[in-house]
Amino acid sequence: MNFWEKINNLDRRIVYLIIGLTVLIPLLFNIILEVEPTKPVQDIYDKIDSLEKDDVVLVSFDYAASSLPELQPMGEALIQHLFEKDIKVVAMALWPVGVQLSDNIFNVKSEEYNKKYGIDYVHLGYKTGGMVVIDSMGSGIEDAFPTDKNGNKLNELKLMRNVNKLDDFALAISLSAGDPGLRHFVMVAHDRYGVPVAGGCTAVSAPQFFAYYSSGQMLGLMGGLRGAAEYESIIEKLGTGSAGMAAQNYAHIMIIIFIIVGNISMVVLKRKKK
Amino acid sequence: MEFIEAIGFFIGGFLTLFIFSFLYKDNPFYKFAEHLFVGTSAAYWLVYMYHNVIIPDVVKEFISGNYWPVIPVILGIFMLFRLIPSVSHFSRMGIAFSVGIMAGYNIILQLETNIVRQVGATIARFNNFSLTGSNAAFSVNSIIILLVVLSALVYFFFSVEHKGTIGGIAKFGMWMLMITFGASFGYTVMARISLLIGRVLYLKDSWWGSIEYLLGI
Repeated sequence: MNFWEKINNLDRRIVYLIIGLTVLIPLLFNIILEVEPTKPVQDIYDKIDSLEKDDVVLVSFDYAASSLPELQPMGEALIQHLFEKDIKVVAMALWPVGVQLSDNIFNVKSEEYNKKYGIDYVHLGYKTGGMVVIDSMGSGIEDAFPTDKNGNKLNELKLMRNVNKLDDFALAISLSAGDPGLRHFVMVAHDRYGVPVAGGCTAVSAPQFFAYYSSGQMLGLMGGLRGAAEYESIIEKLGTGSAGMAAQNYAHIMIIIFIIVGNISMVVLKRKKK
Repeated sequence: MEFIEAIGFFIGGFLTLFIFSFLYKDNPFYKFAEHLFVGTSAAYWLVYMYHNVIIPDVVKEFISGNYWPVIPVILGIFMLFRLIPSVSHFSRMGIAFSVGIMAGYNIILQLETNIVRQVGATIARFNNFSLTGSNAAFSVNSIIILLVVLSALVYFFFSVEHKGTIGGIAKFGMWMLMITFGASFGYTVMARISLLIGRVLYLKDSWWGSIEYLLGI
């Protein structure tokens, strides 16, 4: 068996091992690779940076634990930026586990920036219904969420006294792992109610959302772990997104090498057969 | 780190390794972790939905005197009738209701978001068309986008045989679709690697941290 035949019959477990090591080594040695922010990510930062102190931003945590590595760093970076700018935040979730995952962020960041629940931020909790929930927030937030996640009536919360409808938000952001999520915010919040919409999504769904960004239906987009790392680099607070960039980069190079070598071996063996 | 949290991270780390062991070959450790995950997920969803949907949207509404939720409750119970063959036809009522509502609701929004606005944006790019000056690159991109949109549409237009000029355009459209699928595949690889990175970071920080905590290092 010559070299190319050996390559063609390579045990898939060796490929797994090489990819595993390629990811593991940069993470073990804390190799940080700085990333240049792209325009879709920079646009979200610029929008938030242009908001006034008492503007209110809606952040929807539409993901579960399976997408946590990609979307949680985005949530951390966004909430940090919003709190730094003293912008009020109303959180919600169209996915049940989103509540718990966002609580982890708010617990840390509210302490770090001395933000008070009910005054600086509110969490509406989870509501089933997806797109219909967003639509009913268009006519009145209390229609969809009569209480916050702790059971407090919305009019008892200081922050919610001037926030009654979807278009009272200066910006709506959805961190989305699929449906219901960002697509429905574009369809309802932007296209029906005219609220500026931005978002973060998993890398798998990023290509479909770039079409909405190009058409102006979304003002900015963070795609996958790379998007999170870009936002972290703009706010100059490197987190788990940036920590994973070196590993991601080397793994991609390795996969490209595998694809090239695999194709060469296939062509060589085909010619040999002829 | 609290003790109970450390125990959670400690168990989570081992379960992650059990799942990864499938990459070598199927084994009892993998099967154990897989079954545990399925069982725990089902129980978690059931309890979560009970407390976050049934209690606030049904029970509390009934208590406050709003009896409208009785309609979705009945239709929901009908859906469960699929499990009883003699009355399984009732399930069609619930399914028909939800499919009908969502189809009617979605059609307008889908048309607006995915067709009207997308077509509008493709055309609107030509408002500032100029092949000279700072707009040149944008204008060339606009032409490329238009050509790609039209050729991809021709590829799916089956009323005319794909021969001659139409065949050539369809073939160009097919190549463009292939490039799109390639980009999607690239993003999918990126997503999967991100998940692996997430697990490795968990093992490195949370799991290893829990071992150090439990061993008192």
